[in-house]
Amino acid sequence: MNDVMIEARDLNKAYGPVHALRDVNFEIRKGEVLGFLGPNGAGKTTTMKILTCFIAPSGGTAKINGADIFEQPIEVRKSIGYLPESTPLYPEMLVLEYLEFIARMRGFRGDEVKKRIRTAVEQTSLGDVISKEIRALSKGYRQRVGLAQALIHEPSILILDEPMSGLDPNQASEIRNLIRSIGRERTVILSTHNLAEVQVTCGRVLIIANGRIVADDTPDDLRDRAGQASYIATVASPESGYRDAKFETQVSEALTQISRVKTVKKAEGDTSDELQFHVLPKDNHDVRADIFKAAVDGGFVLLGLEKTSEDLGAVFRGLTTGDVSESTAGSRKSKGDADAHAANEERASQADSDENTSEES
Amino acid sequence: MQNTLTIAGRQFRSFFNGATAYIVMAIVLMVLGFFFWQTFFLFGRATAREMFTWLFRILVFAVPALTMGLIAEEKRTGTIELLITMPVTDAQVILGKFLGVAGLYGIMLLLTLAYPMSISTLGNLDWGPVWTGYVALALQGAAMVAIGLMASSFTDNQLVALFIALTINLFFWMISLFLPLLPSELASIFEWISFNYHFDSMTRGVVDLRDVLYFLSVAAIALMVAFRSLESRRWR
Repeated sequence: MNDVMIEARDLNKAYGPVHALRDVNFEIRKGEVLGFLGPNGAGKTTTMKILTCFIAPSGGTAKINGADIFEQPIEVRKSIGYLPESTPLYPEMLVLEYLEFIARMRGFRGDEVKKRIRTAVEQTSLGDVISKEIRALSKGYRQRVGLAQALIHEPSILILDEPMSGLDPNQASEIRNLIRSIGRERTVILSTHNLAEVQVTCGRVLIIANGRIVADDTPDDLRDRAGQASYIATVASPESGYRDAKFETQVSEALTQISRVKTVKKAEGDTSDELQFHVLPKDNHDVRADIFKAAVDGGFVLLGLEKTSEDLGAVFRGLTTGDVSESTAGSRKSKGDADAHAANEERASQADSDENTSEES
Repeated sequence: MQNTLTIAGRQFRSFFNGATAYIVMAIVLMVLGFFFWQTFFLFGRATAREMFTWLFRILVFAVPALTMGLIAEEKRTGTIELLITMPVTDAQVILGKFLGVAGLYGIMLLLTLAYPMSISTLGNLDWGPVWTGYVALALQGAAMVAIGLMASSFTDNQLVALFIALTINLFFWMISLFLPLLPSELASIFEWISFNYHFDSMTRGVVDLRDVLYFLSVAAIALMVAFRSLESRRWR
């Protein structure tokens, strides 16, 4: 047996006239943590519901751990731990009661039930709330109960639908660490519309838009592939506390003179004694040396020179809001200006920020 | 089978975790007490027949209140998704839910045993019709619980489920009251369809296999529809 854990073939799903999925194909191997990324309504949840045999595809099929979703749904469900969107739990039950119920549903009896619950509770650090009613728990704890529930039978595959949505940054970071530690021995699929989350947690990204897979790559490669490299040149102001428009034009022109530079723009991020310029080279040339020479020749002082590439956010927007053909390159570039900085900040605080999470109603 | 019982057990306990079980049982017993003792001493007969008649009427309203949330509430909160993606079949889910409510219904019937017991201290009670009456209530309950479960599977709104179940129950009950208005060929069919026709003959002390089959068929059909309704999510 090979190590392909999930194999989706030509999945289609139509809800009446609405096509939620169109010819979705993918394979997921053992030990992969896959981020399923897409805007709301792109088909992430639909795909997960199909993989867990909650709904049937209108066309195509999938194999989970060798079992077909149509022919052996029970086998499929046995190898999957599933956390549906918004973590549905029975609010009136105690955490322990609930986990006991799940353990029994998973076919454990007697001492094995206790053992399984103990392991899952340890993994998710639920010890403190084990005898509380689920309705009394905070969102973060509920999420952990949901994860404990999914882990109780030590499944080889975990499917988590928006596991981090609605959590505050601390809770999200805890859950993220938990998922990463779980992901070491298992195959994990998690869906999200939070890019920062994918960059940190997942080794591979599937981007889905309008029911189609539009990208399948590692977060880094994806950025490199679509990201145009550009440079931020920081230049010292001639006189501190004073912005000289003439000097600005002068520098800008000097940089534009470089043969391999396409455009030069004023970047935001000036301070009283620094000016920043955003330099986009032609054909991804490395123009750092040219910029340095231009500075020497033009007689201005170069304080810094930095290479940036577009963050995943821009890639994501490009892929999910229409086609990624050359025609969008121009508009994407102008976005890149504003995003370049945001991207840096985002990466700095990426682990604990949830800024891209726009809650669905 | 194990899964079915696990689901049934959880469902049964959930009635007691909340206030539902206590409220419904209290109301049923209070209303029953009110109507039963009002007339009991007027007749001055040691019979439990009136109790069964009243209990039948009360349960027509009470059972939908127990069953309305069975699937509707799980659909609303999304827990149905977790339940169904456990290694269980849809049939086990339906059957488990059915047995869970049936258990509570059984407890309710046990509590009403206080009535025949009290009556027997007041006079010479014939226990035969009492036992057949309970068989009637059990069968009637199976049918109504199944109908309620079916109604609950149609929607994600408990009140809608309550209304549907109540309407069906009232139809099967009230239909017997309108028989005089119907042409005679139809009347006999509708009489046979009504709950009362089969229920009353059993409270008189006669358990006819046809009456038993009637209730079991109603329950089976309702459960089948509930199963199909739950399963239909896959294809929509």
